[in-house]
Amino acid sequence: MTATVIPTPGAESYGPEPEPRVGFFTDTSVCIGCKACEVACKEWNDVPEEIEGFTGSSYDNSVALGANRWRHVAFIEQRVEVGGVSDSAPDSFVAEAARQQLVDQGLEPHSGDDGFRWLMSSDVCKHCSEAACLDVCPTGAIFRTEYETVVVQEDVCNGCGYCVVACPFGVLDQRRDDGRVWKCTLCYDRLRDDMEPACAQACPTDSIQFGPLDELRERADRRLERLHERGHGEARLYGRDTGDGVGGFGAFFLLLDEPEAYGLPPDPVATTRKLKRNWAAAGIGAVALAAGIAGSFLGERG
Amino acid sequence: MAECHPVGFQWVMEAKERGAKVIHVDPRFTRTSAMADLHVPLRAGSDIAFLGGIVNYILEHGREFREYVAAYTNAGAVIDERFADTEDLDGLFSGWDPERGSYDLASWQYEGMTPFSAAGRRDGAQLGESAERGQLEGGDPPHFDATLEHPRCVFQLLRKHYRRYTPEMVERICGVPAATLIEVAETLCESSGRERTGAFVYSVGWTQHTVGVQYIRTAAIIQLLLGNIGRPGGGIMALRGHASIQGSTDIPTLFDLLPGYLPMPRADAHQSHSDYVADNSAATGFWGNMEAYYVSLIKAWFGEHAGPDDDWCFDYLPKLTGNHSTYPTVLGMREGKVKGMFCLGENPAVGSANSRLHRLAMAELDWLVVRDFQEIESAAFWHDSPEIENGELRTEDIATEVFLMPAAAHTEKDGSFTNTQRLLQWHHKAVEPEDDRRSELWFMYHLGLRIREKLRGSRKRRDRPIRHLTWDYETDGPHDEPRAEAVLAEINGARADGAPLSSYTELEADGSTACGCWIYCGCRAEGRNQAARRRPGSEQSWVAPEWGWAWPANRRLLYNLASADPDGRPWSERKRYVWWDAEREGWTGEDEPDFVAGREPGYEPPEGAKAEDALRGDEPFIMQADGRAWLFAPAGLTDGPLPTHYEPHESPFTNPLYAQQANPARELYDAPDNDYNPTAGEPGSDAFPYVMTTYRLTEHHTAGAMSRTLGHLAELQPEMFCEVSPQLAAERGLEHGGWATIVSSRTAIEARVMVTDRIKPLRVDGRVAHQVGLPYHWGSRGISTGDAANDLFSLALDPNVHIQEVKAASCDILAGRRPRGPELQRFVARHRERGRETGR
Repeated sequence: MTATVIPTPGAESYGPEPEPRVGFFTDTSVCIGCKACEVACKEWNDVPEEIEGFTGSSYDNSVALGANRWRHVAFIEQRVEVGGVSDSAPDSFVAEAARQQLVDQGLEPHSGDDGFRWLMSSDVCKHCSEAACLDVCPTGAIFRTEYETVVVQEDVCNGCGYCVVACPFGVLDQRRDDGRVWKCTLCYDRLRDDMEPACAQACPTDSIQFGPLDELRERADRRLERLHERGHGEARLYGRDTGDGVGGFGAFFLLLDEPEAYGLPPDPVATTRKLKRNWAAAGIGAVALAAGIAGSFLGERG
Repeated sequence: MAECHPVGFQWVMEAKERGAKVIHVDPRFTRTSAMADLHVPLRAGSDIAFLGGIVNYILEHGREFREYVAAYTNAGAVIDERFADTEDLDGLFSGWDPERGSYDLASWQYEGMTPFSAAGRRDGAQLGESAERGQLEGGDPPHFDATLEHPRCVFQLLRKHYRRYTPEMVERICGVPAATLIEVAETLCESSGRERTGAFVYSVGWTQHTVGVQYIRTAAIIQLLLGNIGRPGGGIMALRGHASIQGSTDIPTLFDLLPGYLPMPRADAHQSHSDYVADNSAATGFWGNMEAYYVSLIKAWFGEHAGPDDDWCFDYLPKLTGNHSTYPTVLGMREGKVKGMFCLGENPAVGSANSRLHRLAMAELDWLVVRDFQEIESAAFWHDSPEIENGELRTEDIATEVFLMPAAAHTEKDGSFTNTQRLLQWHHKAVEPEDDRRSELWFMYHLGLRIREKLRGSRKRRDRPIRHLTWDYETDGPHDEPRAEAVLAEINGARADGAPLSSYTELEADGSTACGCWIYCGCRAEGRNQAARRRPGSEQSWVAPEWGWAWPANRRLLYNLASADPDGRPWSERKRYVWWDAEREGWTGEDEPDFVAGREPGYEPPEGAKAEDALRGDEPFIMQADGRAWLFAPAGLTDGPLPTHYEPHESPFTNPLYAQQANPARELYDAPDNDYNPTAGEPGSDAFPYVMTTYRLTEHHTAGAMSRTLGHLAELQPEMFCEVSPQLAAERGLEHGGWATIVSSRTAIEARVMVTDRIKPLRVDGRVAHQVGLPYHWGSRGISTGDAANDLFSLALDPNVHIQEVKAASCDILAGRRPRGPELQRFVARHRERGRETGR
């Protein structure tokens, strides 16, 4: 018995009509948390509202990605080591003298900012290079498009839910009243009409950038370098590396903290990645078991 | 700005990428603060002290752009010797009349110049006139000290006025550490001068105060001292609350202005066309041509009926008899004096100060017309409101007849928006409005036709203004929709033969030109809709003159001659914008020069010159009679020539600078349901120990009619909430995610509690100042609902423009939900009394 793992089809499987792989680069360092991406996504894709009520989780009342939320903006209020902006403030002779004067008077000296910051980040389906959801889908509802994005076909999905548990990010989700799975399509319909996805178009600060993945990766590398030069050592790319557990994201991020701070898994692995080895091990086990059983019969005979 | 103008904020982000420093001054930490290099939390209502501290820093350290200040402002003008400053009179300027509760402006004048107050003019405050453009008898100040050293020159008065606004005083009043003030001031100074410029951006966080106009004036003083007006990258940007608010002041929905900032005639002072023109035109500067602007407006309105023989239809115009601004009108409704109301694109039952009073007042109307997308709170007050729920009002007792008319959205009609940059941008109809939805233009036009039809046979003189009005726009489609561009054509103006005008300089006072708004003249030059131009920025110069159209004359930057020195040379190559080209003998540059064409920098006006010809060649502020920008305002303001720190009308803190606690000229209303909280120093003030302020969130739009009713927006901020610091939460036992009751002397509202480090307690005058943040979007209708924050606020207004103080007042906050039914008002009364009983 040999294990059959569905190979990840790329653009080459589209024969003469392959398109360059496209994706998102979400640069959270310029995200202003306006949620235009959430609304534009819902408007374009006709995603129903889902009112969760007042959550008290900063300005985030939409909680998480799900069947009814294909873009989700997280708000993180946190304190970090003081540094940052006050270091960049002008340090003229006058300012220094005034500070000294205050200290002399016993008044509390200014501490710059107190390390408080408010992070915002727009999350989305990662459109993994190795997409576990696609691997496990028994009906073929989930497929890889000619743009190498991962899309669920709503008219094929039978609501089995295998993909829901397979996704290492918890992106895939069944809609309560219809049972089918819905997620970001990277606006497949718009791509086919040479339009950029609705969220990227709506984003006022270009925090969400859309384009050929190769270009986005180059752009992200330059951006990261720039931020590091400016002293933002905490900046990092997430999902940029093709050597990671899902073979790199089609929609990757620039973050200003550990992925966990944003509710993202630090080291995601395609849940189907070890399937081949597991099946092989299971096969060997089965053979051994069969041999053992056969042996016992033989033994009896002997 | 990121919070309320996220789309515009992209340019701030871009500037930041290019090295600009972004400083955000706001009581709370917002989306803007998250992106800023420095966030400066301060006590709401203390901004003049903060800005005054910057003025003082600039002057004490000699950081002003000296050449610019000496050449282009009135810094050297010597002021009348009778003038006394707030430093001399403990918080009052000279001329205060306690009986009348207003100032006599005579002592604020330039020395040697006739006081501007014509007969009856001093009554401006009582009449509720807006801060008019400043007006002088004409020409340069008679006494001018270019060295800026005369003890009574504006520059020295400014130094004296702000000398006590030290970093330490700023810390004491605002709760901003002295070193932070210095850091902000120093950053501004370093970003100004010949090589650099800096900009201020503000919104209603600055205007909605009893000293709102003076907030902006203080910013203007800073920008003038630093040379940041009329230069690229400089300026003071007023971000508007929604699309085309700028347009609705240019072509106003304000009671005291005609289109193009022409003052409304007054019943007491203007008996004739000549009275009105004489009183309102200046001898010098471009206001010298005021009669041409006004006559052209009258020709646009009354066409062939207007001529010199009938005094240019002066009798047709309504005349001001008093203060007819919003709030006195609402009180008039309450008293039964105002019988009807049109409510278009506004939701006063949620959005106006003391919105509870508005709802009570609407219940006294005979009729009310509401045009909106939804049955908003202002249309539903008679069957669904807190007062109905409480039993204060009963539907069967309310006689108001409400007409709810469905409105078309901007995507369903043609028209223009004018933004803060005075930029007109045309929008085209994308889809036809369905069912009964109609545009405002359709509604007004057909209402006008119907009224006129009723008056067709009338021979009454009083009906002539309506019968003689030009009201003949071309229409299209099955519903006879008037063509928006026909209205634009009327606004742009034309000659008698119908040829479109191209500039306001073509307007005549003899009736040969018609123009609906002189400052918009040229928006349809050559008969082409200039506002509809959309040439991409990449295909034109960086000023992008072919994107839309900016008034006046498609000028993108006003007073742009100030970008060159008095000899007409750019202050620096880096900041060159408009300059004198000696070879071609003309002004040239990146933008349309804001000056008389071909007027050389060395021009000296001949004796007896009028209007713009009376301005020297180095006077860029061409709308001022003296061609100079005013650091000190000898006219035009009702509450002082220099901004002064006053506490908000309701404040938990006393004014450390003066015995005068609040703006003496502020407008107050002794009316039922408008009780004021005792302010600091008055018995009972301890019942309201915290500062409250209102604001908007990205997710909702103003009073909510356009957002709380849409699921995709309502889900993002689904409920009214208040924001408090962890320290205040501990002090009052407030639980994150739980409920709080916020109480003022007007009423109490409830809100879910957001405990957050984004609201910071401040140390003010030696004790801790807590602030309660209140988003004001909510009302009882729609998908996302909650109590209206504006129910808490009183009618306490700025005396210049009658705007309400809803950005700073005092309150108390308690854990738990508010009482229901009749118990609510009893609870509020008890809270008020409790404070008084303690005597503190």
